[in-house]
Amino acid sequence: MEALISFVKDHAENQLLPWRLQVEATGRFGATLAQVEMAALEQGILLARYQRNRQTLTVNDQLTLFKSCVAVIGCGGLGGYVVEELARLGVGRIVVIDPDVFEEHNLNRQLFSSPGNLGTAKVAAAAIRINEINPAVTLIPLQTAFSAQNGAELIKGCQVAVDALDSIQVRLELSGVCTTMDIPLVHGAIAGWFGHVTTQFPGDDTLQKIYGSRSAGKGVEQTLGNPSFTPAVVASLEVAEVCKLLLGQGEPLKGRQLVIDLLSMEMNIIAITDSYKEKE
Amino acid sequence: MKITVKLFASFRAGRFDIETREYPLGTSVADVADSLHLPQSELGIMMINHRHVKLERLLEEGDTLALFPLLGGG
Repeated sequence: MEALISFVKDHAENQLLPWRLQVEATGRFGATLAQVEMAALEQGILLARYQRNRQTLTVNDQLTLFKSCVAVIGCGGLGGYVVEELARLGVGRIVVIDPDVFEEHNLNRQLFSSPGNLGTAKVAAAAIRINEINPAVTLIPLQTAFSAQNGAELIKGCQVAVDALDSIQVRLELSGVCTTMDIPLVHGAIAGWFGHVTTQFPGDDTLQKIYGSRSAGKGVEQTLGNPSFTPAVVASLEVAEVCKLLLGQGEPLKGRQLVIDLLSMEMNIIAITDSYKEKE
Repeated sequence: MKITVKLFASFRAGRFDIETREYPLGTSVADVADSLHLPQSELGIMMINHRHVKLERLLEEGDTLALFPLLGGG
């Protein structure tokens, strides 16, 4: 391990370790890409792939992200973009949960789908993609349906959960599991040109307030469908929330919901819990 | 009584963004939704004067009612 640390220190240029040296270190020291990445970050050395994060995230922030685990529940429209962005951001461990395989009607928006992988499990396609774009990240694909019964076991060890589901019923189950496990939940939902995002902290019961008694069925997405751009927008907002939660920075959407209308190009904040006083 | 109704997202299509309308005393949120042909199964967040309310809630003179569709896609 000391030899690896010396190698990383000796070969960093301008406090950056290029990809080819990260790979070389794995061969030379019998380490994984993740181990080399951890060793570099712990020495205050940034992997060169993250250099454009540098004015936004410190090396220490990058280390915090790399040590973090995030659960993404649903790997469709929202989930594909969420997983891609988390991996590029440098979150070290991503648990992805989805029981489904890709179908043709997913191709208009689901990032990991392609004509060549129709019939493939969505979480398996996510694993292939993440191994291509940032192989130092560990992606744990779980091809199963999230429920109140198995949820705690599935997201155990994660610091944040991301709602990328397409079922109101399962969302409420996820919300309950997160509350029990004391995990913040970043919630997003979409339909047509429209979407919303909020972050539920344990005890806030934000999703219960949004969906109330309407636990059955779906929303207006049943008639409106989902085009390519809405999931990308809402997923990106969700990832920004995750990043802030992991780093303890900024102002998350606690007790308030961001409502997005891409047809009118309007974004509104509405109060969800009593703890949030609307600023008007 | 005068009620200001604000509609959001897909509810605006073929209707309006904001309108002040006349309703009889005893009008509930559900009555307003029915008058606008908004199916109850599509109603998500409902707020009167920025506070969350349920379908059966009665409106009062000068209230602002905001209706958001139920979004559940991912």
